[in-house]
Amino acid sequence: MSDLQQLYQTIILEHAKARHGAVELTPLAEAVALGAAGGLRVAESHQINTTCGDEVTLRVSLGAGAETDAAVTDLVWTGEGCSISQASASILTDTLRGLSTASARALLDNFREMLRSRGKIEPDEEILGDAAAFGGVSRYPARVKCAMLPWVAFEAALIEAESH
Amino acid sequence: MTSFAPSSALSPAHGAQHPELAPLTDIDVERIRNDFPVLHQTVNGHPLVYLDSGATSQNPISVMEAEQEYYEQRNAAVHRGAHTLAVEATEGFEAAREKVAAFVGAQTDEIVWTSNATEAINLLAYSFSNASLGLGGPAARRFSLGAGDEIVVTEMEHHANLIPWQQLALRTGATLRFIPVLDDGTLDLLAAADVVGPHTRLLAFTHGSNVTGTINPVAELVALARRVGALVVLDACQTVPHLPVDVKALDVDFAVFSGHKMLGPTGIGALYGKAELLADMPPFLTGGSMITTVDMTNAEFLAPPQRFEAGTQRISQAIALAAAVDYLSETGMDRVHTWEAQLGQRLVAGLAEIPGVRLLGPGLGVERLGLAAVDVAGVHAHDVGQFLDDAGIAVRVGHHCAQPLHRRLGVTASTRASTYLYNTTDEVDLFLATLAEVAPFFGVTS
Repeated sequence: MSDLQQLYQTIILEHAKARHGAVELTPLAEAVALGAAGGLRVAESHQINTTCGDEVTLRVSLGAGAETDAAVTDLVWTGEGCSISQASASILTDTLRGLSTASARALLDNFREMLRSRGKIEPDEEILGDAAAFGGVSRYPARVKCAMLPWVAFEAALIEAESH
Repeated sequence: MTSFAPSSALSPAHGAQHPELAPLTDIDVERIRNDFPVLHQTVNGHPLVYLDSGATSQNPISVMEAEQEYYEQRNAAVHRGAHTLAVEATEGFEAAREKVAAFVGAQTDEIVWTSNATEAINLLAYSFSNASLGLGGPAARRFSLGAGDEIVVTEMEHHANLIPWQQLALRTGATLRFIPVLDDGTLDLLAAADVVGPHTRLLAFTHGSNVTGTINPVAELVALARRVGALVVLDACQTVPHLPVDVKALDVDFAVFSGHKMLGPTGIGALYGKAELLADMPPFLTGGSMITTVDMTNAEFLAPPQRFEAGTQRISQAIALAAAVDYLSETGMDRVHTWEAQLGQRLVAGLAEIPGVRLLGPGLGVERLGLAAVDVAGVHAHDVGQFLDDAGIAVRVGHHCAQPLHRRLGVTASTRASTYLYNTTDEVDLFLATLAEVAPFFGVTS
């Protein structure tokens, strides 16, 4: 596989088209009120990659429970950008939905560490699942931000949801 | 190839014409390339094809040698101290000003050094802002803005020629208006005649678009401004490096350009201002080197250009920029222009052959700069750029600091190839051939 094919693995190109979890977001206040009625804490985060203008708005619904074992009940997003950022958002929703906040954070840390390793850390498929496909991105420092964009949004939205 | 009649908006700059020299050919360009060490390398296993000169250009050996010679032989602070090195540094610094001024048809004292074109525009905006606060006395009132006054820009501006004016409007209470862009990426000149009205005090626009390659009709826009007595600021960043530009013939009040886009170093740019206007403007940055007498409550300022050059100056950069101007003048700006116009048309013609590729800006046969920005259907610009980089081809991707223009043209980002005098037709062809492989690689069928 060439470096370029390593970067743009088939699974990434497929997710960039399939865009799992991508929806037209309802107004946040409505979603928060609706969530609250069902015992969910809803929050979102909008992130922009200033170098290219890519955007992701990611919304988290957090179930009841103690902070670390509250479940990430739902994840939806909207956004525009390169195949790496869009595929990353799509895979994020598949990967993190249903996890406890503790597990989601652990996975996020693992993902970030792998991406920042400049290709030195082999992605652990056991932990990352499909997100391991972004291993090739870590060799392209200019693209790490693209892959991280939705994950940064998730991190910020999670903190916000927990504060509710 | 389409041939070009010289535009009425372009006049030969002083000393820039080489009627005795034949137009550049690929053979000449190969020779030119030998002067640019950075071009001779492989990137990702392929010979580098550098098509990002619109962002920053490369330096010929003579420019780097001029900078090195300065540091090895003459390094000293300018305009202070009487020792030999200080005198030599000052002479080199001022000779550079003279050379750059002549290159754009200005008088020597009409060129103010800045860090870059962005700073040059900010210098104007802050000087006008200071005038609006009453600084500079009665003479500066002509630059004073307030509620009811209008600043006019265009929808195709680089952020550097937009945000300083937005901020100036916010500081002074003036209103910012803009001349809209048509679908083909050119200015709506009919609308311009309405937008530039009795309240317009300032009209700022780009000479050539860094996205669409459009060359704006300066004479027509200047006439609109003159009709209402407005000042004209020309962003010449994309034209001074690529065509003969004569600020006097263009009759603009101010013009800005940057060194690193014209074979020079980073960290230097220039503001041109008509002498009688600079003379009445209050300073922007203040401090050492720009004063005559100082007491604990007041200061008197030097005449331009020193009034606008506070602090230790960009001496090596100015000297290196003069070497860049020498390089361009010796090549001949008319020849550079003709060569790049050919490359620009070759780009446009080739792009029209690639399915799913949309050119932003004017099409084949319309005069343009030697650059082209495109949208590839179904593939984000970042991905296009990554694919090209894998083949050793350096292009710019993103919004190129022109978000409003991209929004107007219905895209968030584009991929731009921009040429210079060191680019060959083979390089343009390789770019086109590689671009044609992008959509298939990403599984986009058109």
